Amino acid sequence: MSRDPHAAAHAHEGPHEIEMPHASMRDYVIGFVLSVILTAIPFWLVMTMPLSAGATGAIIMGFAVVQIVVHMIFFLHMTPKAEGGWSLTSLIFTVIVVVIMLAGSLWVMHHLNTNMMPMPHEPTSQTVGTTTGQVP
Amino acid sequence: MSAPTMNANAITADAPVQFYDLDEHAHPEGHSTMLGFWIYLMSDCLIFAILFACYAVLGGSYAAGPAPKDLFDLKLIALNTAMLLFSSITYGFAVLQMQQGKVKGVQIWLAVTALFGLAFLGIELYEFHHLIEIGATPQRSAFLSSFFTLVGTHGLHVTFGIIWLVTLMFQLSKHGLIAANKRRVMCLSMFWHFLDVVWIGVFTFVYLMGVLR
Amino acid sequence: MTPHPAPETGPILGKLSLEALPLHEPILVVTFIGVVLGGIAVLGLITKFRLWGYLWTEWFTTVDHKRIGIMYMILGLIMFLRGFADAIMMRIQQAMAFGGSEGYLTPHHYDQVFTAHGVIMIFFVAMPFITGLMNYVVPLQIGARDVSFPFLNNFSFWMTTAGAVLTMISLFVGEYAQTGWLAYPPLSGIAYSPNVGVDYYIWGLQIAGVGTTLSGINLIVTILKLRAPGMGLMKMPVFTWTSLCANILIVASFPILTATLVLLTLDRYVGTNFFTNDLGGSPMMYVNLIWIWGHPEVYILVLPLFGVFSEVTSTFSGKRLFGYTSMVYATICITILSYLVWLHHFFTMGSGASVNSFFGITTMVISIPTGAKLFNWLFTMYRGRIRFELPMMWTVAFMLTFVIGGMTGVLLAVPPADFVLHNSLFLIAHFHNVIIGGVLFGLFAAINYWWPKAFGYKLDVFWGKVSFWCWVVGFWVAFTPLYILGLMGVTRRMRVFDDPSLQIWFVIAGIGALIVAAGIGAMLVQFAVSIWRRKELRDTSGGDPWDGRTLEWATSSPPPDYNFAFTPVIHDLDAWYDMKKRGHQRPVDGYRDIHMPSNTGTGIILSGFCLVMGFALVWHIWWLVALSFAATIVGAIYHTFNYKRDFDIPAATVTAVEEARTRQLAAGA
Repeated sequence: MSRDPHAAAHAHEGPHEIEMPHASMRDYVIGFVLSVILTAIPFWLVMTMPLSAGATGAIIMGFAVVQIVVHMIFFLHMTPKAEGGWSLTSLIFTVIVVVIMLAGSLWVMHHLNTNMMPMPHEPTSQTVGTTTGQVP
Repeated sequence: MSAPTMNANAITADAPVQFYDLDEHAHPEGHSTMLGFWIYLMSDCLIFAILFACYAVLGGSYAAGPAPKDLFDLKLIALNTAMLLFSSITYGFAVLQMQQGKVKGVQIWLAVTALFGLAFLGIELYEFHHLIEIGATPQRSAFLSSFFTLVGTHGLHVTFGIIWLVTLMFQLSKHGLIAANKRRVMCLSMFWHFLDVVWIGVFTFVYLMGVLR
Repeated sequence: MTPHPAPETGPILGKLSLEALPLHEPILVVTFIGVVLGGIAVLGLITKFRLWGYLWTEWFTTVDHKRIGIMYMILGLIMFLRGFADAIMMRIQQAMAFGGSEGYLTPHHYDQVFTAHGVIMIFFVAMPFITGLMNYVVPLQIGARDVSFPFLNNFSFWMTTAGAVLTMISLFVGEYAQTGWLAYPPLSGIAYSPNVGVDYYIWGLQIAGVGTTLSGINLIVTILKLRAPGMGLMKMPVFTWTSLCANILIVASFPILTATLVLLTLDRYVGTNFFTNDLGGSPMMYVNLIWIWGHPEVYILVLPLFGVFSEVTSTFSGKRLFGYTSMVYATICITILSYLVWLHHFFTMGSGASVNSFFGITTMVISIPTGAKLFNWLFTMYRGRIRFELPMMWTVAFMLTFVIGGMTGVLLAVPPADFVLHNSLFLIAHFHNVIIGGVLFGLFAAINYWWPKAFGYKLDVFWGKVSFWCWVVGFWVAFTPLYILGLMGVTRRMRVFDDPSLQIWFVIAGIGALIVAAGIGAMLVQFAVSIWRRKELRDTSGGDPWDGRTLEWATSSPPPDYNFAFTPVIHDLDAWYDMKKRGHQRPVDGYRDIHMPSNTGTGIILSGFCLVMGFALVWHIWWLVALSFAATIVGAIYHTFNYKRDFDIPAATVTAVEEARTRQLAAGA
């Protein structure tokens, strides 16, 4: 809740001074090095498969999340204070909606597929949700 | 400055209350643009979220056709990812040049960024062409439909990003680093890095997880 | 893919040919002649009175949020008449088609009518109405001069209009979708809907959707960035709060609709398999996705009107709103919860007990914040000095009607009950109960409430009351029979009936629709009479006819282009009431230049290109698609080369306007 001195602050800025995030070489280099590492390791894990598929999957998903955060901080200059906090607030809201949507769709569609989609014409058992199609 | 008179039965005691801003300055031009653009990006994020959701739900429906293992060439994807990562840092250099007020520097780095972007697109088109040639078309299965749509939508965004880059280079050469152009450089920066973030999701979730599946 | 007789596609006109004109449908031919004659008359009058220049410079190219708001309302009103004509046609058909009678509509025509009714009422009536309302009122309520992105505002309006125009074109060129308002595949897929109806549906919604999303972004940023000094979040008027939440929902849900429709488009145009029955596609996924958008959409429609009721109740009870804080938190709760209930629209699709119970419970939970709001309004009225002016009458009618709609909603939220009632007329009655009782009654309250602000004179009370009683009585006569029929198991979208015992209910419902029609007629008369008698009805209070409490009443009616000569400084919720109570003095000199955005024709031109592109896409006229797409992109880029987008209103002009107001205030006092 901004209890709002913003107008007073804004009103006296010159016409050319709008709020812009300040970037530095340090930020970009750190961000770049980190994302190279965070990209290289998952590719290496999958291409050489030193671990089990399950463990690899979990690790690369974790790396993706970390790398997204890295990009947000070092490339998109996301800070809790940017735009009076509204950038971060809208990001968090979006993440919540995305999670609800992804998790919800997977959950709902998994149940629907299990109950409603026998797909008997499909010989491969790779297909998710086709093996449990014995509707009485 | 303050309202000159007060009613006798005013509810507060603190003396002159100001009801009008008599010494007002206009909001600086474009002071809402960055936030507005960010919120637009959030809405774009939801479009990608839907495409990811589709891939998550339908990505296993091969319809007895090819599976990710048969199709994806991870070396190529690694190369492509490198292109996008390089373009990210070169865009960063453009922003740094802008902060030092060097128009030429900005334009050079924007041009380099555009070249990396074009390389990314070229590789992606090569991959798509190859897939379609071997019969893995978007029409073949729900998996391929959702794959082509998700990756293609990202590619389309990159295409528009490049068009924007070129436009911006013209505008910079015409007007230099005026406030409006600086703002545009920062907005495109957000757009470009945002596409990078989406690509992290794509290479992890579509390509790497696909091969693991 | 199932083979189907593909319509011939030529290189020049695509699928378009003379056969696309529905010359065999007498109803459409007569309508077409009527529209043409009416159109010629209107265009002729505009030409005769030389209004084209005025319309272009003052309205079509305006970036003034007030004028754009009014244009949205006019768009909504025109489309409302079209949507209501569809409703009357359905009611007559269903009242007739008994005992072997086929009624008067062919299945092909009837299916288009119920689809168009739903689509138009939601996308081109309710959405423009609420967007227009928010556009008009929000900047005034927060003490701003305009929205954050005035050009974008103009562009959004014209995109919405372009979508509406494309939908209207389908009436006379080709056909509209016959799929129901959400176009579920596989019915809406190319295999079962090979003609252009669904394409009109898709492109109309996509074009309008761009406008809706952009205007949502615009209003969010406006509310976050342009509030007057001192207006912290918890000092914002409730209408601004509910508008903020509604726009957040717009921005966070319309992209979902866009993406889902793109996938359906790809299925139809490219032959992908997202929602087909073949090759791994899943039609159920479409239903899942479209309702992730669809449920928030319901709250997009109703939340701003909750704000209207709050403003109206507080103003006409002469009291501060009871429980402002709880009202705000209830609104935020509803915003979040609206993303957690979407499955209740397809309980019967088969996702099983655990999923159904989760979504049944979340649905029931959402009635708690809504109930809190109702109690807040009742407690605001309690011991207030209630003035039963028209806005307040609509508000009371809303409370009574909406509560019943809410209760039948909670009934439907119980999955086992939903298995009996889904897809029945009970459902139809329920959602009309909440949409008419909540959204439309709220809009009528808002129109009566803010009309004096927009035009400087009040609306005629007599015709307003006639309209009110016709609407309220007509609504209940029309929809109570549908509740009863639904409980008896009659399903929706039926064209003919076998059981003669049902006919009487449909006849009663038809009579109800006619009473509502009288209500609409009375409302149009009310507008006409008020415009005619505007001198007598003039608001002499200097812009504050209802003894208002929020900032929009602090300026003149209609407000000047720049809204406020000096930006108000806010110390309290109900800022204007606070200013009046503490004896503020309006500054009468020291005016300065005011910086304002310039008008631009880019919005209407770009939307025109998009309209052409939509039409070309519907008919597969590929060269025109390419051309109009290129024109859109080039036009947009060209626009970005224009750096001079604003101007100053000179202090002398401001002084002249404000001195006129000073004299007017002195005369009124």
